[in-house]
Amino acid sequence: MRLARVTLIWAALAAAICVPIAAAAASPLLAWRDPVYIAAGFAGIIALGLMLVQPVLTGGYLPGLSAPRGRRAHRWIGGVLVVAVIVHVGGLWITSPPDVIDALLFVSPTPFSAWGVIAMWAIFAVALLAALRRRLGMGPRTWRIAHMFLAVVIVAGSVVHGILIEGTMETVSKATLCALVLAATIKVMADLRVWRKRATSR
Amino acid sequence: MTTVVLNRRRLLAAGGSIAATGVCGLLLPARAQSLAPTPSMRGGSNNYRPGAPIVNRIGGGGFWMTGTVRRAGDGAPLAGRRIQIWAHTTEGHERDPHSHGATLTDSNGMFRLEMPQIVPAFGQPHGHLAYDSGDFQTVFLRPLMRSAKDTSLEAHFVLQPV
Repeated sequence: MRLARVTLIWAALAAAICVPIAAAAASPLLAWRDPVYIAAGFAGIIALGLMLVQPVLTGGYLPGLSAPRGRRAHRWIGGVLVVAVIVHVGGLWITSPPDVIDALLFVSPTPFSAWGVIAMWAIFAVALLAALRRRLGMGPRTWRIAHMFLAVVIVAGSVVHGILIEGTMETVSKATLCALVLAATIKVMADLRVWRKRATSR
Repeated sequence: MTTVVLNRRRLLAAGGSIAATGVCGLLLPARAQSLAPTPSMRGGSNNYRPGAPIVNRIGGGGFWMTGTVRRAGDGAPLAGRRIQIWAHTTEGHERDPHSHGATLTDSNGMFRLEMPQIVPAFGQPHGHLAYDSGDFQTVFLRPLMRSAKDTSLEAHFVLQPV
């Protein structure tokens, strides 16, 4: 019975991420895009999928995964997210430099661009803080609050960015993944109560 | 039961709105004769290629870009004006030279150019048009398609003489 539950949770997580990727891989739009543009799009889709894994790892919701392993995975996936965002923006830049420059300068005509750019800077900021927090002498509570704040910006920015785009992602699987990312983020924040003072640091 | 409270603030607000309505009513007929120029749209000039050749059709066709060109002020149709059109289509990216083509307006100031089907790119199904020939101020448009399945799109220019 326990095994069935464990299998089900892992399978659900895998499906939540892989189904949108598979649906996007079947998009007719791909026929009219060159490989760099396609890679840029999928880097964004994969990043959205990884955004579901991050809160799930933090909350320890994955059975069979020890807490230290989960934390290490969370850090690694954070690094992968940074790379995915760089590939996403870099690939779009190669495809159409003026559109990306407009987005980065917040003068793009497309309403979703600004949300994506804000989320991008928040991802870079959280990665930089994670790398430098010891050197900066940042206490665990300050770090947790800063990380939580940036995580909210990343999740909200990415979800609005993704939903507003008419691209290769299939609408229902995209909306489902976005809803799951939001739900997992809200749940982990409610469960951990990051803003509370703690006697011991975890 | 409601009571009507007539205080200074309300009186001023009511008086102000009546005055504003009156002024607008007086100005409107004058404005109808003075057609305002079309402003360039954000991102309209992205991937523009100055001097793209005049063509009978861009690529294999199947999609129609149509529109009008008029003069600001009196709204007179402008004939023989060169409009460049480009988009991400089934045959190429926006930056590709073969995705670009220009056409001239007829005696009624109308233009229509056949081009390949526009497909959504950079998150929206959209086309680009440019007037950039010197006699009037340059205008770049970036109209959106209501649906990615649409097989035509229109854009209208009102140009300001330089």
